Amino acid sequence: MENKLEFIDLGATDQPEQARQSVHDFEYSHKAEITNVYPLTATEKLYQIQICDPDERHNFTFHPGQFVMLELPGIGEGPFSISSSPIRHGDLELCIRGVGNMTNFLNRVERGTKVGISGPFGTHFPVENMIGEDILLIAGGLGIVPLRSPILSVLENRSRYGQVDIIYGARKPSELLFGYQYEMWKQFDINLEIIVDEAEQGWQGPVGLITEILKKRIDQGRDADFRHKTSAIVCGPPIMFKFVCDQLTHANLPMEKMFVSLERRMHCGRGKCCRCNIGSTYTCLKGPVFDYWSVLNLKEAI
Amino acid sequence: MIFKVFPAEELAALYELLAVNPIVGPVLKGRDKKDNALYDFALTSGFADLALDYGQTMHSAKKFFLPHREDLCTFTLSDHDWDKHVDYGAYQHTVLFGLHPCDINALNKLDKVLMESVYPNPFYGAKRSNMFIVGHSCSPTPSCFCRSMASDSVIRGFDLFLTRLDDSYFAEVNSAKAYHLLEKIKSYHATDRDHKLFRHAVSEKNKKITAQVDTSDLTKILDMEFHADVWQEWGDKCLSCGTCANVCPTCYCYGVEEEVDLDLRHARKEKLLYSCNLVDFAEVAGGHNFRPESHTRLKYRYYHKHRGFVEAYEESLCVGCGRCGNACLADITVPEVIASVRGGDNNGK
Repeated sequence: MENKLEFIDLGATDQPEQARQSVHDFEYSHKAEITNVYPLTATEKLYQIQICDPDERHNFTFHPGQFVMLELPGIGEGPFSISSSPIRHGDLELCIRGVGNMTNFLNRVERGTKVGISGPFGTHFPVENMIGEDILLIAGGLGIVPLRSPILSVLENRSRYGQVDIIYGARKPSELLFGYQYEMWKQFDINLEIIVDEAEQGWQGPVGLITEILKKRIDQGRDADFRHKTSAIVCGPPIMFKFVCDQLTHANLPMEKMFVSLERRMHCGRGKCCRCNIGSTYTCLKGPVFDYWSVLNLKEAI
Repeated sequence: MIFKVFPAEELAALYELLAVNPIVGPVLKGRDKKDNALYDFALTSGFADLALDYGQTMHSAKKFFLPHREDLCTFTLSDHDWDKHVDYGAYQHTVLFGLHPCDINALNKLDKVLMESVYPNPFYGAKRSNMFIVGHSCSPTPSCFCRSMASDSVIRGFDLFLTRLDDSYFAEVNSAKAYHLLEKIKSYHATDRDHKLFRHAVSEKNKKITAQVDTSDLTKILDMEFHADVWQEWGDKCLSCGTCANVCPTCYCYGVEEEVDLDLRHARKEKLLYSCNLVDFAEVAGGHNFRPESHTRLKYRYYHKHRGFVEAYEESLCVGCGRCGNACLADITVPEVIASVRGGDNNGK
């Protein structure tokens, strides 16, 4: 029975419209305002960005895992995962590390600054197909940023999902993001486990690799149903998601039920500039969210 | 398709009819050290400028539809706000006179990515929709391998395609505009004799194509040979200069840069055609480079052209014009690279 292939009901799948057909969309950006800047760690800040026009703001819809192009006129434009809940429409939150020219400039801007937002672009974590299932959300380092949107989406629809686990690993406790929300997540009946590579003063949680926590979770849930009733969303550095996904594969979770989000430096987000190509696949169109089977088939992805 | 024929001396009249528009065509630009003629596409100022017997131009006609530098938008900045202005950069209809089949096929391939896919690009689209294309039959050069890439003939993407017969032109008429134009010169519907002459001319042309690329199962072979040593060898030769992409009629990748004017009141966002062979093509913020080595970039270029594009559109992104090989400072040519990657083809031995 183990090798019996599952029937796929085409009539029941509902894929959102991906195509943007009007040529005038190409260089269109919504004018938006940075309404608040919230420092999270020494290097990352959370930017609350609101699309100015109320109609445009309301009509801006996205799915968890999609990204926008954020433009600072005259400075630069870059792709950023949306970290806020889809129910907030064009009231976006982007968590950004100051690392290059544009993001370091962004580090210095004050609230009230007007920026451009285009998108949303790319594929998303199919949380709508995970209804009724247990969900494993696994993040390493900055990987928590694209994961926060599916986390919030699951929280808001908590009754539709079974057991929800967040496993989050970071280098040091001081690099952990969104610490102010951990208690809230737990109160929504979510198991949150955090592990760091290197303890700092005051740290009382576990120290080690994320795979150790995952092993416990897998051992605890190891029953015949695990492969049928679990989906995994994994985000982090390639080396981390490779180990995590291999571990999950070993626990019999089908590759097409594990989703990862890849990062490249896109210059357009619209499948034109080729800068994000992996092998010959556009990360901006076919990604950034791929199932693990697709990732294994991408040359040079890992 | 409607086929018409007109006497060779009527070609100048056809040019004159079109000359109310800017006409871009092949012109002689100079001679190299070995006294070979060097051609390029340029704006012509008279019929005499046209060098229709050119072998291959150094550059493709790309700058007329994918300029090497192009403003995507400009901004007016004020203290707390900005306005964005977008101009697609097309203001009039242009005639492209004398394109070979390879270059028209290149446009058809670009259309698939830039106009017929999601997010159609209006900067390309605006120029492409304002082109009147008169194709012209070619005399293949030793570096042409268009027949291997199925680009030696063209069935769409032009208004008029001319094939030189002995003392006349055989015209494939592919638009109403072109049909009306031919009514204004001495022309007649092609006869059986003309059809025969046309087919003879084509077979004579095909005999001149000597360079070849074996494309059978190439997508799979590229996957199998992903870690082959030959990539490293070609990578060691490659200077990562990006000249191949510069002259290529189908390379469309780019980078975006923004700059603020000195008055701090204006800014612009500029698109610059790029090349996947340039060292920072796949570099991300923070300095990580997904393709730091020359051979990984060269390999990626072949993957995009001969594998990825085939997967997406059932055809290769290469038209076999041979320009990249002619322009390469390290003498890297497509037929040689692909033959070496296929190297293990010797009957499984």
